[in-house]
Amino acid sequence: MTYVFQQALNGLQLGSIYALIALGYTMVYGILTMINFAHGDLFMVGAFLCFVLAALLGLSFIPTLLFTMFGVACIGVLIERAAYKPLRQAPRVSAIITALGVGLFLENFTLALSPYPKQIPQFLPNVTWNIGDISLSALQVCIIALSILLMLILDLVVRRTMIGMAMRAISWDKFVAPLVGVPVNFVISVTFAIGTSLAGAAGVMYGLAYPVIDPYMGIMVGWKAFISAVVGGIGNIRGAMIGGYILGMLEILVVVVFPSTYRDLVSFTLLLVLLIFRPYGILGKPVSQKV
Amino acid sequence: MSILEVRDLSHKFGGLTAISGLNMAVEDHELVGVIGPNGAGKTTVFNIISGVYKPSRGSIVFEGRQIAGKPPSLITNLGIARTFQNIRLFKELSVLDNIRIAHYGQARYSSLEALFHVGRFRDEEERVVEHSMELLSLLGIERSADEQAKNLPYGLQRRVEIARALATRPKLLLLDEPAAGMNPNEIDQLMDLIHSIRKEFDLTILLIEHQMALVMGICERLLVLDFGETIAEGKPLDIQNDPRVLEAYLGEVEAW
Amino acid sequence: MSMLREKLRNPIAAWTSRNRWAGPCLLALLFLLSLAVQGFELLDPYVQLILVYVGINIIMTVSLNLVNGYMGEFSVGHAGFMAVGAYTASIITVKLLPPQLIGLLFPVAVICGGLAAALVGLVVAFPSFKTRGDYLAIVTLSFGMIVKSVIENINAIGGPRGFLGMEKVTTLPWVFVWTVLSVWVIRNLVYSKFGRGVLSIREDEIASNLMSVDTRHVKVLAFVVSSFFAGIGGALYAHVLQFITPRAFDIIKSTDILIMVYLGGIASIGGSIIGAAIYTVLLEVLRPMGVWRMVCMPLVLVILMLYRPKGIMGLKEFSWFVPLRDLMAARVWRERGQKRV
Repeated sequence: MTYVFQQALNGLQLGSIYALIALGYTMVYGILTMINFAHGDLFMVGAFLCFVLAALLGLSFIPTLLFTMFGVACIGVLIERAAYKPLRQAPRVSAIITALGVGLFLENFTLALSPYPKQIPQFLPNVTWNIGDISLSALQVCIIALSILLMLILDLVVRRTMIGMAMRAISWDKFVAPLVGVPVNFVISVTFAIGTSLAGAAGVMYGLAYPVIDPYMGIMVGWKAFISAVVGGIGNIRGAMIGGYILGMLEILVVVVFPSTYRDLVSFTLLLVLLIFRPYGILGKPVSQKV
Repeated sequence: MSILEVRDLSHKFGGLTAISGLNMAVEDHELVGVIGPNGAGKTTVFNIISGVYKPSRGSIVFEGRQIAGKPPSLITNLGIARTFQNIRLFKELSVLDNIRIAHYGQARYSSLEALFHVGRFRDEEERVVEHSMELLSLLGIERSADEQAKNLPYGLQRRVEIARALATRPKLLLLDEPAAGMNPNEIDQLMDLIHSIRKEFDLTILLIEHQMALVMGICERLLVLDFGETIAEGKPLDIQNDPRVLEAYLGEVEAW
Repeated sequence: MSMLREKLRNPIAAWTSRNRWAGPCLLALLFLLSLAVQGFELLDPYVQLILVYVGINIIMTVSLNLVNGYMGEFSVGHAGFMAVGAYTASIITVKLLPPQLIGLLFPVAVICGGLAAALVGLVVAFPSFKTRGDYLAIVTLSFGMIVKSVIENINAIGGPRGFLGMEKVTTLPWVFVWTVLSVWVIRNLVYSKFGRGVLSIREDEIASNLMSVDTRHVKVLAFVVSSFFAGIGGALYAHVLQFITPRAFDIIKSTDILIMVYLGGIASIGGSIIGAAIYTVLLEVLRPMGVWRMVCMPLVLVILMLYRPKGIMGLKEFSWFVPLRDLMAARVWRERGQKRV
């Protein structure tokens, strides 16, 4: 039983990371109805930036985290302005292919610069606490707490600030929002900045938790986070958080019951079943058409 | 026997009751108008009859067959066709293709024959093209056959929609505000068109319309809806003076 | 048939008719050429290999275009069907057939690969009834991952270590035949009532249903045909590579096929051929660039999307692929009408 709880903690840790990345997907989707397939690779860029800052420049935890988030946000906005903005009126598939292309570019550019996997230094104190038979490491606490903190801040921003209101306005009606004075381009860029900075934070945390990083790590993690966002109901921020934790817990806990090679198989099958019963995700609503 | 009988039809969208205890009978070859203020539930009735929605309660009997809740393609193949309030053509496709698509139910060849273009494929495709071009010609738009539907002016798009509905060889035709956005001249042409297709194809027609010139001009009988129920029924001239109808329309400026 | 005779009297139609007979003759000539190239090594084996890959990629691209381009869905797990076809055909040739018969019965193995993939495609079709767009993307994505996972867990066929021992039976002539067949059948489907049904689903599914189209049947047909040919592609792929692993059919492979579809142009058979050819050849040509090859290629792709969002041949088609009836129906009808008057 304690084994299950122990693994549940790991599941929370992984889920936090998925949730942070899923939030980026869902925010961009909510505002642009576009799936930014390069998002997972921005997560990877975050991890590598963390490496550069921590291993090469020797910065400590907080500065690394902040600068990584800032750096990834800048790259995210740059990509949005250069590659996505021109395609806002184009058919959706073009934007998707562009996103895939950007992602491929990021992966291979990083690979070209860093052919061998890198290791993130451990710059958190190696402390563990024991509650009964369960051990809790500082790392786990840090990741879970930090993620929840970031998500709370995001929730606050979206629901209580002007910019958050502007984001919601654009996601509800893209055409009318500018007519009532919402600076659409600015708000979209801010959305990208926030969403990608969260992915950058996730990159730092992932690097701390699973210290070896490589340029292709964003692919699987990215797609899994995308699935989390859809399972929670794409476009829905709370949904992305829930979806991320569900997938994280599912992945880790499945291994408790099944052999580890079945991990992906069982998680994805269960997710498919979930989608069959709730085709629009947990918190998603079908877009009703007027006939 | 009526060609269409609607009994005790009710439909809710979540908490909103759109239709409440609607009863309606349409006789063979009739031309019935369905009128009422905006939001009265007229298009919802069409949607339910054509199979887009399954009604919360009630029965719809077409030619003796219960069709409430059946899939739309089945209902269409049984003989009910419709046009839409907001034109729903297949915009990126050509006008001819729009009409040919509506022949899906009639083209009698299997998937296998289609994969290799053998067997009944050629003959059936020829028949489909013939029938499609004839319909376009009847509606005076055969010149636009190869044009993309989205490039046609509004009035012609409406004609394509009518041609497309006719392509399914219906017995009952549901027209949803066919005169929307038309000037009096165009309305006259539309009236002639509706008369001639009714005669040519032996149709029963149900018509939703706000333009009273059209309604008064061609409908033999009127059904007035408000808040999802029938509030009046009868000949157009009688309905014109019905106090309940006037009350429902009070506040709306309509030319009789 | 009377229409054909009418066309022959019209000089323009006659010209295209004559061209229409040129088509099959040309294909027959090319087939003989491919036999010669392979038999007498008229081309470097490396070049032949590239052509084989081009052919396989054409099959993969055209089959995916049916679902993603013509039907407007977003299927992201195409490599999963390829894997099913690859493994099925390989199991047959390696474990079931005696060595003398492999060459002769290779087409049977390929078809079995296609059928196995089609069966799996049938399963994926059902969720498509209720969900569309991004949710269906998830279904196909998960499904692709499930296929990969399942294969990894079956040790009898090598699991994660892979499966080898296939004979190199995929030669240029075979690939030519299968490519032409695949393109022809899919093109036939597109220019039939089912193909028009597929297009109408993309445009407006509700209206399509109301215009008598049995959208369930059409969706199932599209998915099954698409996955069948993906399986064929996989079977051919396995027998040129001679070694397959689950990793060869992961999300990266599916992404490659997606790129070829959208590069060449959605809803265009000619576009898919162009897209597959350009992508395959370009990747080979740029190989000397080493790791920078995959840095430049996506950049070129992004730039292309910025300037030609619908792909090279988006929604357009070479008239050679379009049946005469679809090209000329209206005109012929009008001319016949005029003759009557």
